[in-house]
Amino acid sequence: MTQVKEKERKLTIARAMAEAIAQEMRTDEKVFVMGEDIGELGGVFGNTRGLHKEFGGERVRDTPISETAFIGAAVGAASDGMKPVVELMFVDFFGVCFDAIYNMMAKNTYFSGGNVTVPMVLMTSTGGGYSDAGQHSQCVHATFAHLPGMKVVAPSNARDAKGMMIAAIRDPNPVVFMFHKALQGMGWLGTEKDAIVHVPEDDFEVALGKAAITREGTDVTIVGITSGVHHGLKAARILEEQGVSAEVVDLRSLVPLDRDTVIQSVKKTGRLIVVDEDYHSYGMTGEIIATVVEAGVPLKAAPQRVAYPDIPIPFTRPMEQWALPSAEKIIEAFNKMKEI
Amino acid sequence: MIPSQEQEQWMYKNMLISRFFEEAIEKIYMEGKSPAFNMANGPIPGEMHLSNGQEPCAVGVCAHLNAEDVVTSTHRPHHVAIAKGVDLKGMAAEIFGKKTGLSGGRGGHMHIFDVDVNFSCSGIIGQSVGPAVGAALSRVMQKKSGIAVAYLGEGAANQGAFHEALNMAGVWKLPVIFIIEDNSWGISVSKRASTAIERNSDRASSYGMPGEFIPGNDPIAIFKTVGLAVERARSGLGPTLIEIETSRLAGHFMGDSEAYRPAGEKEALIKIDPIPVMKSRLADTYGWTDQDDAKLVEEAHSIVDEAIQFARDSEYPAPEEAMEKVFV
Ligand SMILES: Cc1ncc(C[n+]2csc(CCOP(=O)(O)OP(=O)(O)O)c2C)c(N)n1
Ligand SMILES: [Mg+2]
Repeated sequence: MTQVKEKERKLTIARAMAEAIAQEMRTDEKVFVMGEDIGELGGVFGNTRGLHKEFGGERVRDTPISETAFIGAAVGAASDGMKPVVELMFVDFFGVCFDAIYNMMAKNTYFSGGNVTVPMVLMTSTGGGYSDAGQHSQCVHATFAHLPGMKVVAPSNARDAKGMMIAAIRDPNPVVFMFHKALQGMGWLGTEKDAIVHVPEDDFEVALGKAAITREGTDVTIVGITSGVHHGLKAARILEEQGVSAEVVDLRSLVPLDRDTVIQSVKKTGRLIVVDEDYHSYGMTGEIIATVVEAGVPLKAAPQRVAYPDIPIPFTRPMEQWALPSAEKIIEAFNKMKEI
Repeated sequence: MIPSQEQEQWMYKNMLISRFFEEAIEKIYMEGKSPAFNMANGPIPGEMHLSNGQEPCAVGVCAHLNAEDVVTSTHRPHHVAIAKGVDLKGMAAEIFGKKTGLSGGRGGHMHIFDVDVNFSCSGIIGQSVGPAVGAALSRVMQKKSGIAVAYLGEGAANQGAFHEALNMAGVWKLPVIFIIEDNSWGISVSKRASTAIERNSDRASSYGMPGEFIPGNDPIAIFKTVGLAVERARSGLGPTLIEIETSRLAGHFMGDSEAYRPAGEKEALIKIDPIPVMKSRLADTYGWTDQDDAKLVEEAHSIVDEAIQFARDSEYPAPEEAMEKVFV
């Protein structure tokens, strides 16, 4: 018996997202794309590249710089039978259009007693590290995840990006799809090589709301999302050299949150470090720790968080790099734990 | 309102300083970014939006303003900052992220604040407008002199904030002027593709204020029209909306391939570069000689060089200073 091994096909997250959208557009003519510079330019972050050429300006629409209008319009179109995929270029810009997002997109299903659906995807870039200052570098994961009624997902590699984008487009609910700029595979933003992975050609789904154990371990659980996962993996490699076996959990989805995978992991390891590029206070890190504590998981040490300090993101490189989460900070957090 | 010879020379000089500044920044920005272009690298990391070609919008307006007048600008702020009299050394150092920068390195090129000359800017499209209206309101409420000027791009005129703020300024007859720099592009999207009417100045009638369109990227024409608007604002007659036809000679930001530009567009724009146009105007009108010009060029270069050298020589802030100034 011969087994046909699929040829390896490594893609960037940008290409994986564009491929997912294209495949859905081919099979479902209700899917269309709107946003700033997503047409011929292919998106500032490359995730709509090729779509305008294949599907034309009718289904791949450059919008005016009018986020309130086009995201509001997406809500209306979605409730009227279309499946818009819209892009908010930087998540930081939610400030100009949040009402359409959290008061309309996220609530109309509930307000209508489930009679109205809003099957749309809002894709948006997150993250810093390249000195783009405090209006172009934020993650604000928790700001979105805190508000009920929208799914919030954020893949850390190209395979998940494709599968989760397909799942998001098919989902009858609104999904906020966050992609981290440093993982996007655009050379001009630097590239996290571990995010570029084999991506199957078919239109597979990766379920929304299911965390992944990215690396198995027994001594400490490192929970992260997007860039946090990659910091966690780097820290795990360093810890391994020191004889510590770290498990890395990629949440992939903030809403729904796969609390069970986290709880099971910490039950095994007894130690927890949560990594997030979003601000420290009132965020995902606190939510994960509370989840484990509320579940009564026996802990060998007090949990730690490695997150962005509660400051606007500074421009200058020394300040920004100092403030960002890193593998080193995870190791520090681990060493601190041992002392307790 | 006609500019004096002195005012014309001031305008030309500031256009030169602005252009030389951008040329210096452009060169330094590319340091450490080749062969692989990565925004994070080099002495000036992050996004960089150059203002080459838009200098007339800066000087033709700011020639009428004093330090006390408030100017709010955009993600493309350098030319306006220079014409408004922002401390060039402090601005350069801020762009380099140095401790001596106007904000100690916290803000960078899209967040230039100089309280001494009432200048500020923001990287969020459309957000220059509300704060200018508020500054104008504040001057009225405090019975303080001075007016406010908001700069925005033609792309920003499609933001809700623009329309809300103009209406409010119209209702309250505030001493504020809205300057739209129409370079016909919002990143890769043309004005034609994004704006339902040809001229944003026509929108003024919706908000009960005069609207003016100034063609030709011409500092003198800008000076004349803006002068009347400034007079109106200073004498309590309310706001004005002005759209200026200008040209973006650079990419949207550094690293932009500009593949979306129609063939020949850039070459055509370079042919009408406002700086040589202004030079010949001075020659024609005032007998400005090549020697006069060379002297001014040299002076402008030395002002820029000094600022850039200051920025280069300055220290970076200590990383922990990131925690300071969130609150005061
Ligand atoms: C609210 C918001 N939406 C989108 C952007 C991304 N963006 C930055 S510059 C730009 C184009 C702005 O065009 P215009 O107002 O004409 O100014 P120009 O760049 O031509 O000077 C866009 C869309 C942003 N910074 N803020
Ligand atoms: Mg423009």
